[in-house]
Amino acid sequence: MSGSVPAPATPMDARAPLDPATRWRLGLAGLVGFLALWWAVAASGLVPKAFMPSPVDVARQFARLLQEPFAGHTLQTHLLSSIGRYLMGFGLAVAVGLPLGLLMGWFRTLDAIVTPLFEGLRYVAPIAWVPFAALWFGTGIGGPTLIIFAGAFPPCVINAYRGARQVEPYLIEAARMLGLSNARMIVQVLLPAAVPSIIAGVRVSAGLGWQSLVGAELIVASSGVGYLMVKGQASISTAIVMSGMVAIGVVGLLIDVGVRQIESAVNRRRGKG
Amino acid sequence: MSRRTVVGIATLLAVAGLWYLLTAATGWVGSARFPNPAEFGTAVKQIVTGGYAGARIHEHVLQSCKLVAMGFLVAVSVGLPLGLLMGWNRRAEALINPVFLIIRPIPPLAWIPLAIVWLGLGDGAKIMVIFFAAFVPSVINTHAGIRNIEPFLIEAARMLGVRGPRFVFGVLLPAAAPLIFTGLRLSLQASWTTLVAAELVGALLGLGYVLNAAAQDIFPAMILTGMVFVALSGAASTWLLGRLEQRVTRWRTA
Repeated sequence: MSGSVPAPATPMDARAPLDPATRWRLGLAGLVGFLALWWAVAASGLVPKAFMPSPVDVARQFARLLQEPFAGHTLQTHLLSSIGRYLMGFGLAVAVGLPLGLLMGWFRTLDAIVTPLFEGLRYVAPIAWVPFAALWFGTGIGGPTLIIFAGAFPPCVINAYRGARQVEPYLIEAARMLGLSNARMIVQVLLPAAVPSIIAGVRVSAGLGWQSLVGAELIVASSGVGYLMVKGQASISTAIVMSGMVAIGVVGLLIDVGVRQIESAVNRRRGKG
Repeated sequence: MSRRTVVGIATLLAVAGLWYLLTAATGWVGSARFPNPAEFGTAVKQIVTGGYAGARIHEHVLQSCKLVAMGFLVAVSVGLPLGLLMGWNRRAEALINPVFLIIRPIPPLAWIPLAIVWLGLGDGAKIMVIFFAAFVPSVINTHAGIRNIEPFLIEAARMLGVRGPRFVFGVLLPAAAPLIFTGLRLSLQASWTTLVAAELVGALLGLGYVLNAAAQDIFPAMILTGMVFVALSGAASTWLLGRLEQRVTRWRTA
């Protein structure tokens, strides 16, 4: 749709693409302006320092958290325990969601059985599972894992299902004519054809899972970055809370970049193959 | 009735039957872990007629809906114009985008502790959290929606001398409406998730508070009741937004 036709824009047009130098200059100005505004508000003393630390204070606090334990551990240890939980919940969602989605895409009866249940559960916000998660699995690893699972599961299922349903009919016809069994049909025809859709779903669910993890740790956990932030909040240390936000943002960004790399690597290979 | 509908109904009946069988009939799943249907019914009746966690269900639901509506409206009324500006003006985009890229990876729920430090446990903190949850998707999708408008549409409008507010409301926004509404749906979902989380962390009224109180009381039937009402409220607001989209984009099919 777009992109193929360049907008016929005159040089005065606001939509005219900028040259890279201007874009960098403006971007840098935006960032500097943002930090300067933040610093000015903090330095003005209008807001107490406990509530509005300057960017420098946050950076200093961040560095301190890397060395001295807070809420039981250093920041790295908290992050490791968060990432461990995340990998369990996310891995479980992928391991259950993708096969389920593919099977639903092939067996119509399974589709008719699972879809109404899925539709009913879809509106339950992942975070609403917190009380049951704590009741059933405790607050150590099991509870948060269930919540991450609840957040990351739907996109895995939906995208595997859509990918499997969008396979070219002639591929299925051909495979049928060659007498493929159901199992081989799913693994050798549906799965490869559904890969782009599956990876897009995995990317969404990686993001949602990380987000659910943060929520889970705010409420039910005794370690992890979310827990560190809750403790920072309790001791009214905005700098600690903001350090936690930075750590969460950076890891979230790294996860997204990682999955994107995998996505483009797979798409490149498919393009060539 | 199609085969699909029959199987769907049969499935729901089977799940209800299984629920009864595992809890009430055999007691394999004890009441301390998951309520049986009768307990669930009693809990629903209790919160509807008598009240639980300090209020009756309609007060909890209204409180949550009020906060979602307020946070959502504030976020959209800031996010939509910002997305419009960024989509239309490359300079504005270049200036704002880097700041936006820093804020974007922070999950909405991670704003909760900051909101509590700044604004306490009242409505203000919840509205702030919902704002950050709903703001990002509405900016991104409006931005993309404006950027993806077919150039010939804009040229045609220009040639016909459409300018100013008429150009924005009559050409840009309608053309970007499908993507904008996608953004609004995502915003709304994020709003509910964050509100429930914020209320779970600290509140005195609302659906998340019901969940929290039920968890503290180890009252599984009320936990389930709270979850059902969270789902119903989310579904109802999504449905409302869908109706609004149909009304606004009626010209597409007409």
